[in-house]
Amino acid sequence: MSTQTTDVTIVGGGLIGAWTAFFLARRGQRVTLIEKGAVGEQSSGVNFGNLRLQGRFPGQYPLSLRSQALWEDFDALIGEDCEFEQTGHLYLAYDEEEHAKLEGYAKVSESYGLAIERVGPAELRRRWPWLSERAVAATFSARDATANPRLATPTVARAAARQGAIIRENTRVVAVDREGNGFALMLADGSRISCGALVNCAGAWAPEIAERFGETAPVFAAGPPQFVTEPFPYRIEPSVQAIDGSVIFRQIPRGNIILAGYPRTAADPQANHAPVPPVKTLAAMRGLARVAPMLAQCHVIRVWSGIEAYLPDMIPVIGSSGTTPGLFHAFGFCGHGFQIGPGVGLCLSEMILDGETPTPLDPFSIMRFRKAPTVSEKFRKEFD
Amino acid sequence: MTEIVIVGAGPAGISAAELLVANGLKPILIDEGARAGGQGYRRPADDLALDMTRLMGSEAGRYAALHKRFGALHSQIDYRPQTLVWAIDGKHLHLLRDGRAETLDCDRLLIASGAMDRIAPLPGWTKPGVFTLGGAQAALKDQGCLIGSRVAFLGSSPLLALAAKQYRAMGAEIAVIADTTAFSAKLAAMPALLGAPRTLLRGLLYMAAALRAGIPTLHGVTPVAVEGDGRVEALVLRDDSGREPRFACDAIALGYGLKPETQLADLAGAEFAYDPDFRLFLPKIDGFGRARPGLYLAGDGVRIGGADAAEASGALAAHAILADLGRTQDIAAIRLLARRVARLRDFQRGLARAFAWPREQIAALPDPVTLCRCENVTVGEVRSAMAKALGPVEVNRVKAITRCGMGRCQGRVCGPALQEIVAAGTEQGGEAAGRLRGQAPVKPIALAAAGEPT
Repeated sequence: MSTQTTDVTIVGGGLIGAWTAFFLARRGQRVTLIEKGAVGEQSSGVNFGNLRLQGRFPGQYPLSLRSQALWEDFDALIGEDCEFEQTGHLYLAYDEEEHAKLEGYAKVSESYGLAIERVGPAELRRRWPWLSERAVAATFSARDATANPRLATPTVARAAARQGAIIRENTRVVAVDREGNGFALMLADGSRISCGALVNCAGAWAPEIAERFGETAPVFAAGPPQFVTEPFPYRIEPSVQAIDGSVIFRQIPRGNIILAGYPRTAADPQANHAPVPPVKTLAAMRGLARVAPMLAQCHVIRVWSGIEAYLPDMIPVIGSSGTTPGLFHAFGFCGHGFQIGPGVGLCLSEMILDGETPTPLDPFSIMRFRKAPTVSEKFRKEFD
Repeated sequence: MTEIVIVGAGPAGISAAELLVANGLKPILIDEGARAGGQGYRRPADDLALDMTRLMGSEAGRYAALHKRFGALHSQIDYRPQTLVWAIDGKHLHLLRDGRAETLDCDRLLIASGAMDRIAPLPGWTKPGVFTLGGAQAALKDQGCLIGSRVAFLGSSPLLALAAKQYRAMGAEIAVIADTTAFSAKLAAMPALLGAPRTLLRGLLYMAAALRAGIPTLHGVTPVAVEGDGRVEALVLRDDSGREPRFACDAIALGYGLKPETQLADLAGAEFAYDPDFRLFLPKIDGFGRARPGLYLAGDGVRIGGADAAEASGALAAHAILADLGRTQDIAAIRLLARRVARLRDFQRGLARAFAWPREQIAALPDPVTLCRCENVTVGEVRSAMAKALGPVEVNRVKAITRCGMGRCQGRVCGPALQEIVAAGTEQGGEAAGRLRGQAPVKPIALAAAGEPT
């Protein structure tokens, strides 16, 4: 039985795990990342690819902004590209009530220094003539961006490997135990890893690790239903989101339109299965045709989903374990983790190496689940 | 009453419907085509006035008989032509009819979805004028059109000679019939083909007719390129002596045998297993075509067997439905059908060995060749994605990283070749390369199908 000794072991090869490995390895740590399948196969790889700054959880802005700076510097930092496109994000309101909600989001964004444009009906029609007349108001954030989620994680993991991190795909963790001040992991292939610090970013599977150390979080699995159309002449530059949650879409330069819709779809982490019910495909198609009527004859060619981890308050767990020194958690990103992924990785590397991070992460502590969790209002409309 | 839905109005679907009707049931028969008959017995619109006797040749009698039988059946079933099953969600079928989405619930589902051509890419194969062999036949039978006036037939299939004969009968010149499998390999496989002497003889007669007509007929060729400025002007091949003859033509039909259309079976929950003879993943079925409780598969959509096997397997699946409904069965009739299906499918398995899928040629394709024409992904892009650190080693991952197989056809065209490129890239067998998972919609559907925005 081989035993490998490493400074930090990361369980979960999603975007968070890959960025954490990258930043730790860059600072000279011996890092091993363990992934049960292929890197970036779950939440990180199946999402919409949104790097949206508008309308985020207010307590998350410092982390989000730190993260966006990393995305903006992605190619130089990582040495490969992942189809990052800074084409802005357009948030649409269909009535006055929604308009007021947009305004609320805009004020929060502005208080953190973001530039948010208010766009009235006439200007909406002039700048984005393909928009239906239903949209009565919008806000536009030019700094918001998108990237290709299928490419991002493998790209970051490769960069981490170039910095010396060991990435082990198709490897399952079968046991994790305390060993002195550190940890010992048993892997399905019979090998063993001994390490000083452990990062639990195993997504929907993360509570299994947390529970070994006497704490938990009410994670449940669901998936984002996603759809893509055939290529259509490229006209839609920004990401477009109806604030009623009926649809969000973007067009990639080769012409395909990627769209996502609510409610989210059921996912089974044990069977590794997240089918998209056809009725949701139809609902998303109607949602897209409602916002961009010119697409009525455009064809949807494919649907997919995946397994994401959600928490009832729709806020992730990021930070130190409440029970076990040297254990760090980062999971339950509730479908909003792609944008903050690089920042979370950077913060975790700082917490591990410096004992603290300059980014405020208090709202994300796992300790909040020691009492009954608050339930987000998003719950009612974003899940079946 | 139990709702029985049959998908596909080819020989398998029609014979299944007949048997159910004979037992007092009224199945719903859904078909994507405008007229029943399936691909092989495709029936053109009446106003085309095609000479089907001439076109179908020795199969004209069977063609006429099937359409006559369907004529008699039509009023006794719920027949829904021009209807696409685009998704299956448990017992709910999602249909597209007249540009509108609708649903249909069923208790028992028989899928007889037929087959399509299996394609091996070659340099220049995306030029206008290159068709699949089945596409070339469909143009002829559906629209009375020839794909060109001087046509080259390339691939590895007995259907090359058949289609060339049909094309010649309808007035086309044949530039060449070129098979990538060596003649010696076919001879070696011949004993396996003796189980269906009628079909074997027919195939040999087609080849003899081509030779008599002075049509160049080559075996063991390696495709070099489709040449032409903007469209097909010539096909260049390398023969077994290393020469590279050039055949002037204005159209090319490509055919490497057929592959079952298995997406619906996949969405309906069938399990799949790798078949090393066909080098394809095929749905698992019992001797009657049962894939799982309530799901039955028949015809070329589950195992390539040809029209006669399809017809018998459709009847066999109908017997399974009747048995599962507790109806008394005629055991002798079932035995006869089962033997027939087994014999004809064995013959096709022999054909698959004789007319080999050119996996080494595919593995050796030059990097710039387009592999996935929907997403414009080259062989080289797949290879370089796989060669990177943490590169994908399985087809679904390759699809996720490179977009190969992600376009309009959902890998139905490029899938088999992709599987070989992946297998070669990982130095594993075809089975380890994996199977592209089925995803709805099985064919593209327009936003307008979902209904008016509300």
